Amino acid sequence: MATATRNKKSARRRQLEAAINYPIDWLEERSGLIGGIRYFLFRKVPGDTGWWHTLGSATLTAFLVQALTGVILAMYYKPDPQNAYQSIQHITNDLTLGWLVRGMHKWGASVFIILMFFHMARVFLFGAYKYPRELNWIIGVTLLAVGMLEGFTGYLLPWDQTAYWATVVGINLNGTAPFLGPFLADFLRGGGEIGTETLARFYSMHMLLIPGLIFALIGLHLYLVIRLGVSSPPWSREAAGSDYDSDQPVTNGRSGLTQPAARSGWRRNGGEG
Amino acid sequence: MTEPQHGDRAHSPGPSLYPIGFAAGIACILVGLIINPKVIVPIGVVIAVVCGFFWARSATKEFRDEPVAAIEPERGGAREAGAADPGEAAPAAVDAGHRFPRNRFLEGATLGLGGLIGGLVTVPAVGFMIVPAFKGQGYPKVDLGPLENFTEGKWFVTKFFTHPADGEVSHRTAYIRNNGQLNGKPSFTIISNRCAHLGCPVQPNGPVQDNQTKEINLPKGQQVTMIPAIPAGGYGCPCHGGQYDSEGNRVSGPPVRALDRYAFEIVDGHLILGTPYSVSHVKGVGKDALIYKYKLTGPGQHIDGWEQILYPLQPPH
Repeated sequence: MATATRNKKSARRRQLEAAINYPIDWLEERSGLIGGIRYFLFRKVPGDTGWWHTLGSATLTAFLVQALTGVILAMYYKPDPQNAYQSIQHITNDLTLGWLVRGMHKWGASVFIILMFFHMARVFLFGAYKYPRELNWIIGVTLLAVGMLEGFTGYLLPWDQTAYWATVVGINLNGTAPFLGPFLADFLRGGGEIGTETLARFYSMHMLLIPGLIFALIGLHLYLVIRLGVSSPPWSREAAGSDYDSDQPVTNGRSGLTQPAARSGWRRNGGEG
Repeated sequence: MTEPQHGDRAHSPGPSLYPIGFAAGIACILVGLIINPKVIVPIGVVIAVVCGFFWARSATKEFRDEPVAAIEPERGGAREAGAADPGEAAPAAVDAGHRFPRNRFLEGATLGLGGLIGGLVTVPAVGFMIVPAFKGQGYPKVDLGPLENFTEGKWFVTKFFTHPADGEVSHRTAYIRNNGQLNGKPSFTIISNRCAHLGCPVQPNGPVQDNQTKEINLPKGQQVTMIPAIPAGGYGCPCHGGQYDSEGNRVSGPPVRALDRYAFEIVDGHLILGTPYSVSHVKGVGKDALIYKYKLTGPGQHIDGWEQILYPLQPPH
């Protein structure tokens, strides 16, 4: 049937398609990127996945919003005790749309944390952490901890009374951890007391160290999602990873493993010509 | 994503050193133009011409129908001979165990050298991140002004800067009471306002006489603010409700010990603030008080009782 419709295409349309395909084919032949993107985006998922399965990508989106707005805020923020508060006031009150971008970053932080918990709850309640996805659960829990650390380090940056005292309490909480706690607190403060070092330290951790870690962990997280496939919901009538499409073998023999769609070529139907 | 098929063909013509010699000759000319055009430039010209001639000769061998020496593609010792690629002529079977395992050596050398270089970069960087937090700090002596300002038997909320050049971030507060003379020397009770729970600033439970605030400007940019107060109900923390009596003993709430105190000395009639220390509890009041002193520890950390085994080490300050 597909071939019948294709034959009806006009010459002009075929020319247009060839013109569009040329750069894509060019890129694919030299990098395999198009096939890679297809492999990443056009995966087979169980037929009865639903809105619950979108929480992970929602969390990712929230993180990307944080990364983008954070990079822009860093262009105006001054991370030293004399200027930090004034620069935040400047961003909020004087600069065009500064209030909006700062607001997105501030409220988006909470959205990110909340979505992480929702996503975690979905995975837990669906039992999606079970074999063979245990490692991805562990990476997810690490991401949660690192994400909270990102929230903690970011909270100091407005450098107002709330930020200062919340950080005093937060660091001292870390200091009460047995044995190494006092050293952890000193490391976070950059010394025995919150001083000039602390703000720059938190700024560096907040915008370089921890985001790098989060990007790396998200990469691992997604790699495992793609490798292992998406799990069926608990009410699914199909056994997880069962053959739901007779065209493509989707199991590799082990139960629960959904093999993503064909690896070779970005146009699986072969396209035209 | 199919792998592009590369045939392992030999270079034709084989690689030669003449292009490098030609480049060296050109470089010699350019350097000579700057340093000594009369001597060095001709040398460079000779090198470039000779090497260029041989380069051109070897590059055109093929077209001059001279035999080109084929270059044997390299084969790793670890690779099974002939098994991998039927397209290539299978070389004579070699017992892998009898050959020097060059692949292994290169693998080890890459990992080892890479690790060494990585370590040379990472170790100092991580050290720079961690060590300064634990070194070379200590507690500065802070001049709090003439003794006469501290009326005997009265409490003063005293605000000062530990490092005046750093500004507001080094602002600290202590509750100070002049206890009069003890064995012929002045006695002071100096209580830190840092809560022994998690470090919030404790407040006096009683009137603070803001209208009698006294500002004292001292050398080196030090500015001391003194506000008389009557902490009849001791001290209370606004964060989590820890309560202390006026000597700093814990009365109720989450704190694990009494409020920290400062050592002091008298120099030229001025009260000088010394090193802070931690206190488990205080018996008695004022100059007759018995203070159970410990090395300064962070808020929330036990210094007595069985829980002290949880905090055996303190960072050096």
